[in-house]
Amino acid sequence: MLMAVIVLARTRNLFAVIVLSGIYSFLMATLLVALDAVDVAMTEAAVGAGVSTVLLLGALRLCRSEEAKPAHRPWLPLALSLATAALLIYGALGLPDFADPEAPIHRHVAPRYLENEIDVPNVVTAVLASFRGYDTLGETTVVFTAGAGIIALLRRRKSKRGGDEK
Amino acid sequence: MIGHFSHVVTVLLMVAGLYVVMARGNLIKKLVGLSVFQTSVYLLYIAPGKLIGGTAPILAPQYTLYSNPLPHVLILTAIVVGVATLALGLAIAVRIKETYGTIEEDEIIAADNAVQDAEDARS
Amino acid sequence: MKNDLVLRVVGKLLIPFILLFAVYVQFHGDFGPGGGFQAGTIFAAGIVFHALIFGLERARKVVPDALVEAMLAAGVLLYAGVGVAGLLLGGNFLDYFVLDADPIHGQHRGIFWVEAGVAVTVCGVMLKIFYMFASRGDGSGGGA
Repeated sequence: MLMAVIVLARTRNLFAVIVLSGIYSFLMATLLVALDAVDVAMTEAAVGAGVSTVLLLGALRLCRSEEAKPAHRPWLPLALSLATAALLIYGALGLPDFADPEAPIHRHVAPRYLENEIDVPNVVTAVLASFRGYDTLGETTVVFTAGAGIIALLRRRKSKRGGDEK
Repeated sequence: MIGHFSHVVTVLLMVAGLYVVMARGNLIKKLVGLSVFQTSVYLLYIAPGKLIGGTAPILAPQYTLYSNPLPHVLILTAIVVGVATLALGLAIAVRIKETYGTIEEDEIIAADNAVQDAEDARS
Repeated sequence: MKNDLVLRVVGKLLIPFILLFAVYVQFHGDFGPGGGFQAGTIFAAGIVFHALIFGLERARKVVPDALVEAMLAAGVLLYAGVGVAGLLLGGNFLDYFVLDADPIHGQHRGIFWVEAGVAVTVCGVMLKIFYMFASRGDGSGGGA
């Protein structure tokens, strides 16, 4: 996956960039299945590799450009990125080990969710729709607002032709 | 360090996405870098939830050990919100292209500066 | 693209299965991986596939703009409606236990309607975004 991202960063042909991002999403979905996150993998594959790629291709068709050669060598962002990486890795060393059953993440609410007091086998759906249904209401509203925003941004007025909206 | 392998991979992916956002001027490429960054954050949350020997959190009589379902729920929301953000960002990029004629950051800033200088010279 | 024989045949074979799979994922969200988001996205992907092969105009006739815009709002209203129904029947907002005589069955009912609302909104938004992007470049547009 790192190879995909590095090639993505260096490619200037935008179509190749979009295809690479689709490949990256698919690899991420596979990794998520290996990590036992089947719902998330399905959503990531459908959304990241499907819808997101279609949207990017649509925008590329409307923008129709190729990336220009960078004007100055990107030493500062590269140095900043490496410094951030070093700091984050140093900080991450304090986190619990991978797949440690004693980690605090497994102690707090997860055992209660897994006890399944509402008789729905898919625990993720149960938590999403019932235990934490309020959050899902908020998220549906966010998706609705994004749709409304897109309508507001990209709507054409039929009457005003050739005015300030090309 | 072996125990933190997943965190190291997450940080590397995150920083790669951050580099693309910072160092490239093309708006569409910046948005792709942003989505790479977001995807690495999903990994950050889900990797600690996995238990070796556990299985997907769908209750069935023959399994006793399940991976933690809580991060899955949070990340499910995050994925959908992420694509909504990407769509809005792309809509803004399309509008910028129609107004400025370009989606390279340097040229947009130069065009803005030129307009600002013209206004200053007039007033 | 509708003159390409391979694409047309494969499209006609696959699109009903994609839509059926979306409905399957929606209703089996309780027992296997799946649920509202995945189902909405897969359904929208099926219709986008149809639009890509057979042209935007035909897709617009099958799923007109007004329907898509109505779907956007209807999903959120459905979700909030389930919450208010909980209020009206005597419990808290979004309380599923009071939706039926048997509390466990009330949970199943509540989750069913809530997931349906989520799927409708997600499908509507994905379709709307695709329609907007696809019609913007044509110059004629259709308004919304």
